[in-house]
Amino acid sequence: MNREERHHFDVLVIGGGPAGMAAAACAAECGVRVGIVDENPSIGGQIWRGESNGQRNTDASKWFQRVSMSGAAVLCGWRVVHQPEENVLLAENPSGFCDLKYRRLVLAPGARERFLPFPGWTLPNVMGAGGLQAMVKCGLPIRGKRVIVAGTGPLLLAVADYLRKHGAEIPVICEQASWRSLAKFGLALVSWPAKIVQGIGLKLDLAGVPLAANSWPLAAHGQKTLDRVTVSRAGRVEDIPCDYLACGFHLVPNTELPLLLGCAVGNGCVQVDEFQETTISSVFCAGEPTSIGGVELALIEGQIAGLAAAGRTTEARARFDKRKKARGFAQLLDQTFRLRAELRSLSLPETVVCRCEDVSYWRLRQHTSWRSAKLHTRCGMGPCQGRVCGPTTQFLFKWKPDSVRPPVFPARVETLAALARQLEVQHSELTGGH
Amino acid sequence: MHSQVTVTVNGAPVVVPSGTTVAVAIVMAGQACRMSVSGEPRGPLCGIGICFECRVAIDGNPHVRSCQVLCEQGMEVATEK
Repeated sequence: MNREERHHFDVLVIGGGPAGMAAAACAAECGVRVGIVDENPSIGGQIWRGESNGQRNTDASKWFQRVSMSGAAVLCGWRVVHQPEENVLLAENPSGFCDLKYRRLVLAPGARERFLPFPGWTLPNVMGAGGLQAMVKCGLPIRGKRVIVAGTGPLLLAVADYLRKHGAEIPVICEQASWRSLAKFGLALVSWPAKIVQGIGLKLDLAGVPLAANSWPLAAHGQKTLDRVTVSRAGRVEDIPCDYLACGFHLVPNTELPLLLGCAVGNGCVQVDEFQETTISSVFCAGEPTSIGGVELALIEGQIAGLAAAGRTTEARARFDKRKKARGFAQLLDQTFRLRAELRSLSLPETVVCRCEDVSYWRLRQHTSWRSAKLHTRCGMGPCQGRVCGPTTQFLFKWKPDSVRPPVFPARVETLAALARQLEVQHSELTGGH
Repeated sequence: MHSQVTVTVNGAPVVVPSGTTVAVAIVMAGQACRMSVSGEPRGPLCGIGICFECRVAIDGNPHVRSCQVLCEQGMEVATEK
């Protein structure tokens, strides 16, 4: 176990997706010392996963180049687990841990898919929509496989398009939203700048793939692995054989790290001022955690946060107008893909809701709060620490999330032991050794 | 740099293109990543390191999220029983 030296940065950026990349590049271009930390093997986030070596002249390649030219230090494979003292974060990787000291912090932890339970959703080969796409980007062969895409949100169309281009057969996309809200959304798209619409990865080039509105999965079947899915397709129940079910219900912001640092969160989103500064001074936040709005909004917010963190408020202010437009689009997404009440009753009593601890719907229904469920059933107490079942139970039972306690991710005992030693030293310094 | 790497999943060799994650190698081998506390087989769900369903032992290192790790030549992967 190695403890690395402390890294010192003027601006430290956590999260290497579009928001974090924009923040890091803009801050470093101002001449301050910048570090960008991501837990993945390379930066790019989920949307630009695997594009770091891309040769094409895309938005992604421009930002990859800009980050590498900016002089920002890129630290990949590091996961932030705790804040041991003010202006320091503790991060670990497979072989050690290190302290990251900063003057100003930009949080860009991104978002994750929302999952809803239904019978059979725990079978292998039932994955998130973005989840399956990430697996394919990481080498999973999909050519010739039958994939049902289901859930809600623009991600479904983007994923179906991606999978089809890679040779998958998509018998149907089941979108829970109604035709009425999809039509309103479609009409509204026309009035938005193309960049913003492209920013959610929306592809309408889906000739031959049936998009079914008012549709959702009822059950996944199979012995050891998935072999077919029962769906409710615009009111009719249908059984469809398939190899994979790619199912996600839009996105939820990752707020664990902002919450740990004490940043205020309202309606599931991190609260920020016009310079993307959170309620904690010198801590900024950009991208999906402030509102689910896609890559274009994330890039603008990242630039504003990075510039503001580097003290360039005038340049940051010049981007406010663009951000205002992109934020309006986030509201449209929110309205269009709101979850319908029927999705609360997909579970059978025995359906697992908390996958880490195998807690059933029936056991959870006995409780009136997230805290009570956690204490009595261990729901949300497993390794994912409620990242999957937290947003699920919030929707199913209208429970409010709890406070976040360190470490924000399961950390190794060695990391925690080092942290404890550090606290002891501080304590003995404070008390003069008594 | 090999264009293909061989890893073992529970002792059985799997050949994958370099750049493939361990989670993908496990799915390609037709294996579950772990058994849940009540004995259900589980595979990757989120694909991005959030859900911990894909955790396995890699070269004797337990509880590693296999979707976050790239396959390396000779890597030994053991799914969680």
